[in-house]
Amino acid sequence: MEELLNNYTSVFPDTATSWVRVGHTSDFPENGGACVKHGKLQIAVFNFSLTSKWYACQNLCPHKLEMVLSRGMTGDTDGIPKVACPLHKKTFSLEDGSNLNGESYQIATYPVKIQDNMVYIGFSDK
Amino acid sequence: MKKVIVIGNGMVGYKFCEKLAAHPDFEAFQVVVFGEEPRPAYDRVHLSEYFSDKTADQLLLAGRDWYASKGIALHTSELVTAIDLEAKTVTTHKQAVYEYDNLILATGSAPFVPPIKGADKKGVFVYRTIEDLDAMKAYAAKLKSGAKAAVLGGGLLGLEAANAAKELGLEAHVIEFAPRLMPRQLDDAASAILQAKIESLGIGIHLSKATQQIAGDEAIERMEFADDTHLDVDMLIISAGIRPRDELARACGIQVGPRGGIVVNEKMQTSDSHVYAIGEVALYNDGIYGLVAPGYEMADVAVHQLTDGSKSMAASIDMSTQLKLIGTEVASFGDPFIENEEVAAITYVNKRNGIYKRINVARDGSRLYGGILVGDSSDYNSLFQIYYNAMKLPLNPEDLILGSRGGDSNILGSVLDLPDTAQICSCESVSKGSICKSIEEGTCSDLKDVIKCTKATTGCGGCKPMVVDLVNETLKALGKEVKDTVCEHFKYNRQELYDLIKIKLIKTFEEALARLGSGCGCEICKPVIASIFSSVYMDTANKQPVIQDSNDRFLANIQRNGTYSVVPRVAGGEISPEKLIVLGEVAKKYNLYTKITGGQRIDLFGARLHELPLIWKELIDAGFESGHAYGKSLRTVKSCVGSTWCRYGMHESVSFAIEIENRYRGLRSPHKLKGGVSGCIRECAEARGKDFGLIAVDGGWNLYVCGNGGATPKHAILLAEQLDDATCIKYLDRFLMFYIRTSGPLVRTAPWLEKLDGGIEYLKQVVIEDSLGIAEELETEMQGLVNKYECEWKQAIEDPKLASRFKHFVNSDDVDDTVEFVSLRDQKMPRPW
Repeated sequence: MEELLNNYTSVFPDTATSWVRVGHTSDFPENGGACVKHGKLQIAVFNFSLTSKWYACQNLCPHKLEMVLSRGMTGDTDGIPKVACPLHKKTFSLEDGSNLNGESYQIATYPVKIQDNMVYIGFSDK
Repeated sequence: MKKVIVIGNGMVGYKFCEKLAAHPDFEAFQVVVFGEEPRPAYDRVHLSEYFSDKTADQLLLAGRDWYASKGIALHTSELVTAIDLEAKTVTTHKQAVYEYDNLILATGSAPFVPPIKGADKKGVFVYRTIEDLDAMKAYAAKLKSGAKAAVLGGGLLGLEAANAAKELGLEAHVIEFAPRLMPRQLDDAASAILQAKIESLGIGIHLSKATQQIAGDEAIERMEFADDTHLDVDMLIISAGIRPRDELARACGIQVGPRGGIVVNEKMQTSDSHVYAIGEVALYNDGIYGLVAPGYEMADVAVHQLTDGSKSMAASIDMSTQLKLIGTEVASFGDPFIENEEVAAITYVNKRNGIYKRINVARDGSRLYGGILVGDSSDYNSLFQIYYNAMKLPLNPEDLILGSRGGDSNILGSVLDLPDTAQICSCESVSKGSICKSIEEGTCSDLKDVIKCTKATTGCGGCKPMVVDLVNETLKALGKEVKDTVCEHFKYNRQELYDLIKIKLIKTFEEALARLGSGCGCEICKPVIASIFSSVYMDTANKQPVIQDSNDRFLANIQRNGTYSVVPRVAGGEISPEKLIVLGEVAKKYNLYTKITGGQRIDLFGARLHELPLIWKELIDAGFESGHAYGKSLRTVKSCVGSTWCRYGMHESVSFAIEIENRYRGLRSPHKLKGGVSGCIRECAEARGKDFGLIAVDGGWNLYVCGNGGATPKHAILLAEQLDDATCIKYLDRFLMFYIRTSGPLVRTAPWLEKLDGGIEYLKQVVIEDSLGIAEELETEMQGLVNKYECEWKQAIEDPKLASRFKHFVNSDDVDDTVEFVSLRDQKMPRPW
């Protein structure tokens, strides 16, 4: 399972080489998350409608390597948007993927773009 | 503009600049600083970290940009060579002349090198500056592996230096003239404990050694001692004390002490009233103070003398210190050694754990004079305050170091008993009074504010526990309850949120955030609010799925590999063969692992997210409903078979268990709720291990409440005896509703009762005697919830919009191909972690 982790590296708006349409905005629950598939990758997409922001990260929780993060609860701490893994409530920043419980593992994040009510995620596919 | 020149840019010289720059009158000053070292002031206290994990830049107290931003002219690598007191000028080695109105001498000290033959050989170093460390590093790099370094001097700094040598990869040895380590701070027993700890880390300790000669051709090879022993070494670090750098003052005629040091008064003024001396160069009350805290205090006094004149130095300087030396906590305070007709020492030695504690107490028990802590200095803050403020001691003063065996563990009593002048944070000199005042005057309302506004805890951080206590106690004393708020988004506790939501008729989480809270919410407050909506409006988890705890959101229990388990309700544990067959067939069809639960139901494991609605469709068609095993809600009411079959049974426990379970099914609460009904006192249903339990007795049911199994098992307590069915339900309605209204989040009934003022007697008054006059209200509320029950799984599968959440991918019908199972005794289990 560890090799799964290597599939995920953070992409930033300026390093994205392709923007992939993953669904209509209404496919994603408000102030919650859902999972999309891109090739081998599972990406969790979060719609923070309270702040009108969207975030995306790997669906794989780096703690026990299960594909569950999109099913976690979202929220913020000191203004940092975050997701809590449904298995052990490990929390991660959706801005930079860092672990907010002070543990070493972190997650990869991906940029999200909304155009004409469609949701696009930026990848840097080789 | 007043011209101030500071000679010396060490820790104390920097502190003077920092304090002056922070003073409201700072704009009236023009400050020029001279430092002979090439870089701005750095943290000498943690110098050995330069060899482990810090760079020179990380050790800086402030970068050059800080001085620039404050308009302070910093001249590094520039040595002041002369002072002209008449002309009020200084001259540097570059022959530059600068005028001053006030001169601050913060020239510090130099390491003392004892007159030992051979001390000028190669490989002999002193330990004070980063340049010294660089030179040591370069020299050590050329030595063969396994080379030995000795440190001359077993004081505080010498031990630091030994640690540095060890960090360089050398075999380190400490040579001390005195018969013990840290002779100024520790007694023999304390030194022995510290020595054992340090030796266990591979550092050699040699006590009572008078070094006679440093031998070797050009470079050091050997140290020879007066007792005719010797030690072969490749390098030596001298750390044998300090000598004040008073040469500039001496040359210009400022008064110095007979053994060195610039004489200062309580204003830090020298014999020339325009010139001040601070730090290790200052001779105050016949003493030189080689610790950073008194140096900082002197800097503060000098700043106040130049500005508002509001502060002078205390008559006696406290040399108490607490630090971590080579991984061992060491503290020494007050007079660590005093013992005479009036003062007795109380000691505790634990050689097994390497702990030594000593306190010097008046024989009449009236006060604490000082003490020593090695291996565990966690009591330092409290002991120091008791000593420093001459506070009253407990009846048995030994409790101060042993803990009061039985009862209250806080040796200080209340932190509020400290006098206002008590210094809580010595790094930033913050008194108890200023912390309390910041809260009492309304400037600060919590710990964060207090730290921001007083700077307390921002130095070494050792005072943090005491500051936390002070803030909490002060808030409490002001009647400002230190609130167990739910989280950062809601400044209310659960009970307040419950009342507010009910009174203001708040129905959505967004509305609750907008009207009662802030931010986006989080995994703590969302389930709390969701549970309150459910308790107030009987909302099922389908209404606002994203605010539900992760299990409630998908109406199932997430298991190890991210698959779910399914538990249909089997009220009272009674199930027909037909229904058993359905469960078996569903389990076979979806390949689910099956197990009997502790609550007399059947759990089906290993269902994938998208399979949940399919499985539930079949179960509901066969007459099942949700078992709410995933929720903080009523789980099961366990029963024994009772009087219908059992030859001992007194009442129909199964029938009554089913009636109760069906009454409260779907009821969400602060934590899970479990019940039990036993048909006789043999108690086969284990009803007293539940949140509520009924046991059949002659004449009715005995009702027990607030028990649980689990990690801290608690037997439920008798609430009422010999009740008929209807009264039983009436009391249960009242009890459960009262708990739901008043409990904190995730607090089960047993700990809730423990915290309830008045305990079970009070609960009896509320539930049975209706002392609060709310019994009818509680019953009505409960009946309302009972009437509104709906199976949430039925809702979920009947509404396609609700069912859409049970899909692994939004953009694909694929299933998650990373889920793996392995086989286990004819069934399956998740691939282990």
